[in-house]
Amino acid sequence: MPAASLTAVRSFVEAPAPVRPAISAEGRRAFAFKGVGKRFGDETVLDGIDLDVPAGQFVAVIGKSGCGKSTLLRLLAGLDRPTSGSLTLGAEEQGHSRTRFMFQEPRLLPWASVVKNVEVGLTGIASGTDARRRALDILGEVGLPDRADEWPSVLSGGQKQRVALARALVGHPQILALDEPLGALDALTRIEMQQLLERIWLAQKFTAVLVTHDVAEAVALADRVVVISEGKIALDLDVPVARPRRRGSAELARLEGTILDRLFG
Amino acid sequence: MSFLSRLQANAIGWVLPILVIAGWEAASRAGVMPANVLPAPSAVAEAFWRLTLSGELIRNIGVSTARALAGFAVGGSIGFALGLANGLSRLSRGLTDTTLQMIRNIPHLALIPLVILWFGIDEEAKLFLVALGVFFPIYVNTLLGIQSVDPQLVEMGRVYGMDRRALFFRVILPGALPAIFVGLRYSLGIMWLTLIVAETISASSGLGYMAMQAREFLLIDVVVLSILIYALLGKLADSLARLLERLSLGWHPAFQNG
Repeated sequence: MPAASLTAVRSFVEAPAPVRPAISAEGRRAFAFKGVGKRFGDETVLDGIDLDVPAGQFVAVIGKSGCGKSTLLRLLAGLDRPTSGSLTLGAEEQGHSRTRFMFQEPRLLPWASVVKNVEVGLTGIASGTDARRRALDILGEVGLPDRADEWPSVLSGGQKQRVALARALVGHPQILALDEPLGALDALTRIEMQQLLERIWLAQKFTAVLVTHDVAEAVALADRVVVISEGKIALDLDVPVARPRRRGSAELARLEGTILDRLFG
Repeated sequence: MSFLSRLQANAIGWVLPILVIAGWEAASRAGVMPANVLPAPSAVAEAFWRLTLSGELIRNIGVSTARALAGFAVGGSIGFALGLANGLSRLSRGLTDTTLQMIRNIPHLALIPLVILWFGIDEEAKLFLVALGVFFPIYVNTLLGIQSVDPQLVEMGRVYGMDRRALFFRVILPGALPAIFVGLRYSLGIMWLTLIVAETISASSGLGYMAMQAREFLLIDVVVLSILIYALLGKLADSLARLLERLSLGWHPAFQNG
């Protein structure tokens, strides 16, 4: 990483944090957290989170377990409400579902065929033959075109997560929230899934927010890495590396080092 | 599995009963088993033929089956409805579950004297007892089924915008179905048991009544025939339930290889 790009590294530990530099005029905003805090009882999970994300950006959120990164994602997806601060979402577009959530587990309905599971992602958007056609299209994109009428129980772990990805994407979401969806997969399947995710993201240009504990995964996929520590943003780092990225390159390794230093320093 | 090999697998289950019957016939012929203790299978078959020709057997089976199904329909649907309500609503569960659990611990057959006082030996008495007996297995298992639906799937359904109706029919009910089937099969057993006891004690028609009449006239072959028919009807009900189970739980790994 050239020295100049170090300016992209900003520490948010000392408040007040500067707002992220202006999102350019042509770039729309996907969502913005302003001073967002979340408490469960006496425990403060998130505290004063400021995060402004332009549409189409791929953001990775990293942190040790229990740091509040999953809570951040749940707030974004509307599964929880912040106890303080505000969360602004960009304008809703026609024909798109706003936010889709991909869980750590595939969470497929075992009693519905693969294609029916994908159609769940079109609830309230499309139904009948239209839904089936769209579900089949997206199944093709995730590489499972001939498994449409099988039960989820016969699929492998990686295939189940592909179906879950298809379900999340079939409604053309503006924002895709991913909660460590690849964490339970074996290393090789994980890399395959990362490549699939990147390819589809490049094609569809949705805003992706990936929560992960895998630093290598974060720098391989994301435009921007946000490190959360004790409920605050500890590091907000751009990853100005051209795609396709080569896993294990010196550039990525250096970024990885910066992040690890911040996590354990 | 092909039809033929499934037939073969099912046939294995019938080997033992057939052997028992053959041994029994041989023992009777040899005079080891006196006819006034247990008549030979051939004598029972004869009784079967006699009663079939007279129409008595068919009529009594019809009467008993109608009673069993009516009681099952009443008790089963109340149990299912309450199981759903208590599984879905904390308020409903808080209101009724304690009471139901108390009633559950009374053996329903202990109510027979009371039921005879209330209804005499009319149809209502049998219907009431069967309905009561069938109610609890269905209720308990429906409730259990709904409570054991994976909350992660329910959350997924909500996140993907399912309304309450869709959530119920696409996530909760299918998830509860395996447990509901356990309740169904269990309650079918209780259905026949209750009916037989009720008909034996107080009835003027039906299989239980036929057996009691035969006892009065020392027609042991007819008594044994009634017992065998109970066994067959019970097996038939269970097979039907299993067929339904296989048809509706095709997604379940336990049903995918057979």
